[in-house]
Amino acid sequence: GSEQLQDDMMEVLNEVWGNSAVKSAVIISTKPGCFIAGANIDMIKVCKSAEEVSKLSKEGQMMFEKIEKSPIPFVAAVNGTCMGGGLEFAIACHYRVATKSKKTVMALPEVMLGLLPGAGGTQRMPKMLGLPTAFDVMLTGRSIRADKAKKMGLVHHVIDPLGPGVKDPEERLIEYLEEVAVGVAKGLAKKTVTVEKKKGLMQKVQDAVLGIPLVRNQVYKTVTQKVMKQTKGLYPAPLSIIEAVQAGVEKGPAEGYHVEAVNFGKLAMTPESRALIGLYQGQVACKKNNFGKPEREVKSLAVLGAGLMGAGIAQVTVDKGVATILKDTTTEGLARGHDQVYKGLNDKAKKKSITTFERDMTLSFLKGQLDYSGFEKVDMVIEAVFEDLSIKHKVLKEVEAVIPPHCIFASNTSALPIREIAAASKRPEKVIGMHYFSPVDKMQLLEIITTDKTSKDTTASAVAVGLKQGKVIIVVGDGPGFYTTRCLAPTLVEGIRILQEGVGPKKLDSLTTGFGFPVGVSTLIDEVGVDVAAHVAEDLGKAFGSRFGGGNVDVLKTMIQKGFKGRKSGKGCYVYSAKKKDKQVNSGTEEILKAFKLTAPPAVSGDEDVQYRLVSRFVNEAALCLQEGILADPVQGDIGAVFGLGFPPCLGGPFRFLDSFGADKLVQKMKRYEDAYGNQFTPCQLLLDYAKDPSKKFHK
Amino acid sequence: FNRPAVLSKSKKTLSKPGVRNVVLVEGVRTPFLQAGTTYADLMAHDLARGALQGLLNRTAFPKEAVDYIVYGTVIQEVKTSNVAREAALGAGFSDKTPAHTVTMACISSNQAMTTAVGLVASGQCDAVVAGGVEFMSDVPIRHSRKMRKMMLSLNRARTLGARLSLLGSLRLSHLVPELPAVSEFSTAEMMGHSADRLAAAFGISRLDQDEFALRSHVLAKKAQDEGLLTDIVDFKVPGKDIVSKDNGIRPSTMEQMSKLKPAFIKPHGTVTAANSSYLTDGASAVLIMSEEKALAMGYKPKAYLSPTYAIPKVLERSGLTLADIDAFEFHEAFAGQVLANLTAMESDWFAQNCMGRKAKVGAPPMEKFNLWGGSLSLGHPFAATGCRLVTMVAHRLKKEGGQYGLVAACAAGGQGHAMLVEACPQ
Repeated sequence: GSEQLQDDMMEVLNEVWGNSAVKSAVIISTKPGCFIAGANIDMIKVCKSAEEVSKLSKEGQMMFEKIEKSPIPFVAAVNGTCMGGGLEFAIACHYRVATKSKKTVMALPEVMLGLLPGAGGTQRMPKMLGLPTAFDVMLTGRSIRADKAKKMGLVHHVIDPLGPGVKDPEERLIEYLEEVAVGVAKGLAKKTVTVEKKKGLMQKVQDAVLGIPLVRNQVYKTVTQKVMKQTKGLYPAPLSIIEAVQAGVEKGPAEGYHVEAVNFGKLAMTPESRALIGLYQGQVACKKNNFGKPEREVKSLAVLGAGLMGAGIAQVTVDKGVATILKDTTTEGLARGHDQVYKGLNDKAKKKSITTFERDMTLSFLKGQLDYSGFEKVDMVIEAVFEDLSIKHKVLKEVEAVIPPHCIFASNTSALPIREIAAASKRPEKVIGMHYFSPVDKMQLLEIITTDKTSKDTTASAVAVGLKQGKVIIVVGDGPGFYTTRCLAPTLVEGIRILQEGVGPKKLDSLTTGFGFPVGVSTLIDEVGVDVAAHVAEDLGKAFGSRFGGGNVDVLKTMIQKGFKGRKSGKGCYVYSAKKKDKQVNSGTEEILKAFKLTAPPAVSGDEDVQYRLVSRFVNEAALCLQEGILADPVQGDIGAVFGLGFPPCLGGPFRFLDSFGADKLVQKMKRYEDAYGNQFTPCQLLLDYAKDPSKKFHK
Repeated sequence: FNRPAVLSKSKKTLSKPGVRNVVLVEGVRTPFLQAGTTYADLMAHDLARGALQGLLNRTAFPKEAVDYIVYGTVIQEVKTSNVAREAALGAGFSDKTPAHTVTMACISSNQAMTTAVGLVASGQCDAVVAGGVEFMSDVPIRHSRKMRKMMLSLNRARTLGARLSLLGSLRLSHLVPELPAVSEFSTAEMMGHSADRLAAAFGISRLDQDEFALRSHVLAKKAQDEGLLTDIVDFKVPGKDIVSKDNGIRPSTMEQMSKLKPAFIKPHGTVTAANSSYLTDGASAVLIMSEEKALAMGYKPKAYLSPTYAIPKVLERSGLTLADIDAFEFHEAFAGQVLANLTAMESDWFAQNCMGRKAKVGAPPMEKFNLWGGSLSLGHPFAATGCRLVTMVAHRLKKEGGQYGLVAACAAGGQGHAMLVEACPQ
């Protein structure tokens, strides 16, 4: 654990300081790919009170202060992950050398866990980077590569990674880093190397301007406003960070360190932090293959359909160096898909996260074609053709006629049950569902659907491919809408009812985002596509009956008739134009809503009730999925809801939300809604069980 | 000629039954001069022409008997993109003798020779001239892409209005010129930077590099003073003196060299101006023939040629071992690079992990290695170096009485070239 590490560290430091022959010191990790990955989260999780956590923070602060005030200079030699407490350690040293290895990443990601950098980070960062950059680094928690860190002034010196020599390159790189860092340390001791670097004109101007208290106040105000706008006040950590920074800059280090430690303790006790830590740990769990090593590695893959999804899947596959065939039925479709992949990669090149050479090399793994040539050698086919069972059956049969026996057939569908698709297959054990989310290169989630006939090896292969594509994976059982679409459908239908009841699209959006959803329901309908939403609502309505009722699907159908298909058609709930940033409500849709107007029952139509009507239908359906065994565990349920559907991260997912909010409280609300609307709000048995016994929790 | 060493060789000769023997008849080069010195006002094809004429003069070879000409070049002068043809015509070769230009970074003339050997071995030609030229005193500097695009559009604009509106779009940023890439396109890394990393990967110290560079200069100076660099042909620069000596050979002292700051990786790098080869102007040419034709025409060929890529391959294919080699000539782009290569050859880890071999190749003994200087001291006109290496090893074999010589060179883009040379019976 980190506590043991701290003790060992202090022992070594005392030894260094006790020996007068030691004129300078280098801190380096011999662990390949990792400097220090940060404090152990479990250390915080076991604490029972804010005071206990504050104490941990103070211990860290003290250790790093000793290093900062050390009589001999310390050089941090960074190769690999340098995050959280690791970076706080590095910035307490007097000089930093980092390798430009792709594994070298610096970040203060505490904010993403609902915490703050609690070992002096909020105090040292502003001094080192200036207020604006320090806020950016701490409030976003973003990862910084070595060359960027050099530009920002976070490290003093960078060294390039080495190629093969007479031993393992990584091993040699660490040796080389040590040689260079020792050279710097000796130079610092002899005063031939200085820590101070020359400031550029811009930096001098910025420093001068930020020297004025009035300007600094304006900075705090602006940053706070920005945070409030982005978080809707639902996340306490960013505000605590601003407070700790402000205390240090305005009232001196003693007050600054004190506020940092106190706020750290307070934050660790918040449900938001528990939720975010739960998500982080769930995400780590969903990046593992629990189905074993597949018999054959998928080395070549074919994607059917070069539409938005197909091209997206092809992009994330070639990105990892897997040879990919992209097949479409028309040259126009193929060209569009190819352009999408190119654009995705070129955007990365423009942002300099890859070189244009790497872009070209990656693109060379993509082969676009109209026929099935080469399919006799592929290990997996993912179809992303139109969502229509008869078309899916047709391509399945065509593909099975050409692929080798070991080849897996995966269907990218958002709602069609996989067993119905597999019904046309000669080898249903090789058929599986792989539900990607749009845009595929940005959305982290992959929902894998297995039927009772899908073999374990097929599942293991699909998970392995998804992991290679960089996905966070949940594996769920088969059924209409699987898990994610099944939770989404009743929420959308409820959203339509709310619109019919006279709440405008903008108001509905602000109520949902105000609850913590990153995208409002009206905007979501436009993004998903009104036609897709109608399709899903109708299909699942048929499968699940009146429980999936609520809003009238004819609202969506009328919108489609008028050409309001959402963002892709330029009009949906809103009107989209390339020029205007602020989107206007579509008056055509407003008219349709008037024609389908419903009277809102006053008892359940306040703002808060509107929010909970949406959320309770979502959460109830999620609980039903767990009850029915579609979901294997609550962790995957939370991860799927947050990463696939944008369930509020501050709530940690539907099950974490039930634990913190209380199943009983939600059931009470649902009973009121049930009185007004009927069985759409009837809590499922699992919810009732948890409501009856408040000690029952989904997460331990 | 007395050659007692031959008896202990693992193989008596490289010649194979049923395959034509390919020989080096003669090799020459212009003096190699530091860029920006006496050659400064010339063009690349002038130097190439000088080498070609020098070769003809020295051999008295009938021009019309040359079946083909292949030339290497790296930084192309756009006006003479097929520099082989321009130089050949200028040197008075028949316009019926085809000529093409190849490029493969620092092993461009190695590739030219390999092509020539192939043409002769396959029986398509009997006599081929191969060579290489590099002219670093002048390099093409282009207008920016934006500016070029505008100028090309201007060409097509039909009305005055269209022209004016195009000119109106001219911005200051259009005028920023584009220098020829000093870094590799695919890796965006400069050669010197790469050499420094290579030296670091193999743990080659600054001291080792400086010592090796000094050795190169000392040996080159000695060879120059003793008149061993007989491959040089005089070059008359119009309006200036006749050039007859390389001008970059400058033995320094370790103390002076240690004062230099690293040139690429600052401040901790080890590659400096003194332990790197410098920008050089120069051209080289060799006459490659089938042995029977050469003998029939009354020539005394200098050496048999057998090129491939990389040393272990060439040795294995010929059934030889390193111990059979009497003279080594390796290209010295950077002292750090040569020493890293030698370390790699001595390393089992490298052989197993990077070459797929069971054991190390072994490094050549220094007493047989680059004894007349190398690219560090003689200069390195990129595309001309290959022919210089081969001619020099042939001359060394003759002078030292050896039988087998080995030439090796590296090039940008991660490529390498090796050639076995066997002395012809005198």
